[in-house]
Amino acid sequence: MNDREEIRKSRLESPLPEAEKPIDAGHQPSRFLLSSILPNRRRLALFAVRYGLFVALGLWIVIMSFASEHFLTLLNFFNVARQAAPVIVIAVGMTFVISTAGIDLSVGSVVALTSVLAAGFLKAELSIFVTIPLVLMIGAVCGAVNGFFVHIGLPAFVVTLASLTYLRGIAFVYSNGYASPIKSEAFNWLGRGWFGGIPVPVIIAAIVSFIGWMILTQTRFGVHTLSIGGREEAARAMGINVRRIKILVYSATGLLAALSGVVLSARLSNGSPNAGIMLELDVIASTVLGGTSLFGGVATISGTIVGALFINVIRNSLNLMGINPFWVQVVTGAILLVAILVNTVANRWVEEWARTSEQADQEVELYPNNGTGGGQ
Amino acid sequence: MNTPLVTMKGISKRFGAVIALSKVDLTLNHGEVLGLVGDNAAGKSTLMKILSGAYQSDGGEILIEGQLQRFSGPMEARSFGIEMVYQDFALVPELSVTQNIFLGREIVRGRFGVKRLDKREMDRQSNSHLNSLGLRIPPVSSAVRELSGGQQQAVAIARATGFAANVIIMDEPTANLGAPAIEKVRKTILRLKNSGISIIVISHRLEDIFAVGDRVMVLKRGKLVGTRLVCDTEQSEILHMIVAGEIPRKAKVR
Repeated sequence: MNDREEIRKSRLESPLPEAEKPIDAGHQPSRFLLSSILPNRRRLALFAVRYGLFVALGLWIVIMSFASEHFLTLLNFFNVARQAAPVIVIAVGMTFVISTAGIDLSVGSVVALTSVLAAGFLKAELSIFVTIPLVLMIGAVCGAVNGFFVHIGLPAFVVTLASLTYLRGIAFVYSNGYASPIKSEAFNWLGRGWFGGIPVPVIIAAIVSFIGWMILTQTRFGVHTLSIGGREEAARAMGINVRRIKILVYSATGLLAALSGVVLSARLSNGSPNAGIMLELDVIASTVLGGTSLFGGVATISGTIVGALFINVIRNSLNLMGINPFWVQVVTGAILLVAILVNTVANRWVEEWARTSEQADQEVELYPNNGTGGGQ
Repeated sequence: MNTPLVTMKGISKRFGAVIALSKVDLTLNHGEVLGLVGDNAAGKSTLMKILSGAYQSDGGEILIEGQLQRFSGPMEARSFGIEMVYQDFALVPELSVTQNIFLGREIVRGRFGVKRLDKREMDRQSNSHLNSLGLRIPPVSSAVRELSGGQQQAVAIARATGFAANVIIMDEPTANLGAPAIEKVRKTILRLKNSGISIIVISHRLEDIFAVGDRVMVLKRGKLVGTRLVCDTEQSEILHMIVAGEIPRKAKVR
């Protein structure tokens, strides 16, 4: 194996025997000049569609800090962050799932299931050091079941729609429809406590986000996940274990949904089968707002976090301005629509335009000696 | 040196009721360019996907340097230096040039027990490799979907040649390319051959095979029709073999 490695290195580093010089340096200067002016406009447009959400969030924060004296306070920031935390925790997993061109609608139901199970286990006098790992594991198993069915070829939308239904059903069966209080102070600390001046849920969300970012951008697993969403056939042809990755991303999302369920029930000190209703929509909205493509292959964790914060900042500021809460829903929905419009259609137009105008230059660059090689 | 690099013996493959290949033999010598031709559904791609590990054969055996091998997947075939350039290039459009070249074989650096991608090293190697192939493409950090067809093929070829390949299988390398690009592909094939790599070219275009090939093998409906040295045959003979599925010298006697 070692000498193979060496051959590889030597082939990579020394030019092949007849290697031609990269074509015709004489043409380069003029094109260089041309292409160094043009991309500016291109880059500006690309920047606008790629980072529009970040800019919009920044602008909104500036406007709001003038509109309400309570908005730009540390307390309010932590309020928003604490509300966003359970969404962010799941959305990190969802980013992986969506980047394989999948979807997981069942996360809200996993939250409900873990909520009632945790309350039940704690009531049965189990230690939190048993309860929490146990519910996390149950969440991971729920996810793995989703992943298995998706891997054998069922549409993720339907598989997870089914588990959305049956998991909440199990939560109702287990709790008989009743919410039950959680009395463990240590458990509730996870939702209500502060650590080093920061709310514990925010710390949990930050840790999860960091790990998610590491895995997505710094490891082979991350690249392979994106490759499956980008083009599954290509990933397979390169020998990537598609089954393993699909099952793992759904399991991780199940586990994170369970973690989020723990945080949510701790904050309410209550295990309820009604926890996390419609939460999946918030999670998916945050992820897609953050620029993760529903068709797979493109994803960032930072975008997802900003997406989640964006939704919660809007809600919070409308509340602070005393706007009728029913309108909040209308506004949130409308913003989602506009943001997705920018993220998909406008993004495609701009990228397309940037690419075609750029390609026109490159085509000339790649084959500058046109005509000399032509066969016919 | 007389042992062929690759020997495939009695390879059979069926998909449900369809027999894609029945008892096909193939030999590939060191430093040889072998053309693989045949009509649609002749089984060319299937045979090559078996060699590259993408499919498993139902019968027959594969010998590499005279040693019997079984490939359970593309990774294993690649560990013997067998690489395939797919007709559609099998690139992930959203990933960068470097990410595509190293897909499945990323270089990692261990630190604190966590293996992180060594992106700088991979970028460096893809750059120097593309240069050494005389292929010029935009920055290796650009996404593949931003590249033109010819550039994408350059990336696919770079990926196949970057890892001590012994055999490179090219599936229709000149389909969908303009004349200058075709010329470039032919040059690349010859250059790879001179560096000691054996190449199998699947092509509809006999001109390609006659321009760069040493031997040509004809398949029809999953069966081997015959093999000819390129210097010892002409296009009309090969065409007859492709169309009629028989060797014309016999036919001429009639």
